[in-house]
Amino acid sequence: MNKELSASQVVAQLRDGMTVGIGGWGPRRKPMALVRELLRSDVKDLTVVAYGGPEVGMLCAAGKVRKLVYGFVTMDAIPLEPHFRKARERGAIEVMELDEGMFEWGLRAAGMRMSFLPTRCGLGTDVLTKNPSLKTVASPYDDGEVYVAMPALKLDVALLHVNAADRLGNTLIKARDPLFDDLFARAAERCYVSSETLVDRFQLTADEARFNLFERYLVHGVVHAPCGAHPTYNGPDYGWDMEHLKRYNASGAEEGGWQKYADEFVAIAESEYLVKNGGAARIAKLKTPVF
Amino acid sequence: MTPRATLAELLIVACSEAWRGDGEVLASGIGVIPRLGASLAKLTHSPGLLMTDSETMLVSEPIPLGPRGDHVPRYEGYLSFNRVFECVWGGKRHAMIGPTQIDRFGQSNLSVVGGTYEKPRSAILGVRGLPGNQINHANSYFVANHGPRVFVEGEVDMVSGPGYNPARFAPGMKRDFIDLRRIVTDLCVMDFGGPGHAVRVRSLHPGVTFEQVQAATGFPLLKAPGMSQTALPTDEQLSIIRGLDPHAMRASQIKNDPPAVRNPS
Repeated sequence: MNKELSASQVVAQLRDGMTVGIGGWGPRRKPMALVRELLRSDVKDLTVVAYGGPEVGMLCAAGKVRKLVYGFVTMDAIPLEPHFRKARERGAIEVMELDEGMFEWGLRAAGMRMSFLPTRCGLGTDVLTKNPSLKTVASPYDDGEVYVAMPALKLDVALLHVNAADRLGNTLIKARDPLFDDLFARAAERCYVSSETLVDRFQLTADEARFNLFERYLVHGVVHAPCGAHPTYNGPDYGWDMEHLKRYNASGAEEGGWQKYADEFVAIAESEYLVKNGGAARIAKLKTPVF
Repeated sequence: MTPRATLAELLIVACSEAWRGDGEVLASGIGVIPRLGASLAKLTHSPGLLMTDSETMLVSEPIPLGPRGDHVPRYEGYLSFNRVFECVWGGKRHAMIGPTQIDRFGQSNLSVVGGTYEKPRSAILGVRGLPGNQINHANSYFVANHGPRVFVEGEVDMVSGPGYNPARFAPGMKRDFIDLRRIVTDLCVMDFGGPGHAVRVRSLHPGVTFEQVQAATGFPLLKAPGMSQTALPTDEQLSIIRGLDPHAMRASQIKNDPPAVRNPS
């Protein structure tokens, strides 16, 4: 069994109109090598489901997004994501804006093959009025409490980035915060994972095996993508590239800024992308953020 | 009287008061001044508070802001984002954030401002965790620029965090856990202690009048009984604040970093 694919082989499996979940959170552990390959492709009209970071802005700027399911889009140190804002303010994308916890609940429901899960999150807010498709449900017990019935967020595809993988589809996420990548994997029909390292078969100690956060039966393809989360951060392997993120952010204020950014950093091979960003040696030295 | 205290330092002390008496809950101060306020609370009157390194570890001592040099954090536990959600849903958290808009009901907005929802004049971050936070646990607000653009006349443009607005709730929806505490601004400290949770001014910062606050607020304010002047930081508090903020990030939080005691304009 060998699940190794190239990034272009992964993107070749995507179709117009698909619902694509993207792991990570804001500027943390985004599968950017896969996203860049998606940006190079003709795939369009996607429904993107993400705790959004720069990948959302890039996909919006490239016109790939028909609908965005999100709770926020941010790069933390640069709070406002420039290209997401432009698309949102132009009315260029349909949105389903959710509380962060509702979002998690939707992924959980999908992974558990439930139609919905109940929650109080969203009550009394415009999340309900702006998303008329969201329904409430009354407890069948004596309390009769009325909850939001958060529908399953079913994904056609999930794209994730991890620290280590093997060709069977086993993965390790060694970051201090595993975030919700496991739920994206469970919510998706097909999950593709890019990884800093790729080996035939893991031989792990029990301590290392604890970093395996979801089962290999969920993983349909693994892509060897060293520095594949750049410019987002991927602890403990490397921090975020603030210089690069600033440059990307500045492209939002320039006339034709996205096209210039894309010409320089997207319309090239991934190997060239790494060279342009100082190579693996520089990226390995990028500092993890201090909050 | 500590004449050399800055307004930012007075605000940190005022923010810290929001957590007084909370006991063992997760204190989340988002932004420089709220975070320093939570840290000061933990180091003085509320040692039971739980705090993180603003990443994933629970710390037994608040972490100083910015580059830490040789400071070694003292970890006492672990709190991934997943576990923060568990704290939220269990109600064991008191957060202080700075929304873009706040209304008379305490409803907050961090999503979009102006225009229509479909084509807003300004897209901000998104509702983030505000819907879940405000329906589940205690929340306070920090506003660095008290004005009618923040404290809006009607409802906020996109209700992200729920508040004390009965019209927004259908029968059977539980509102009992909504618990809005303090609003600390550059002019005053307010709460929701008036009739029907109306917003009241608890204390005015030195040199600020009630009329000035009212003029900067889009909805009517009440005076809390015994409305007073916001306390100036003590020498002990100032010394703790300076230790928590060695790079003086607090100095860039309020325009021109004014002193705590401002000259009447």
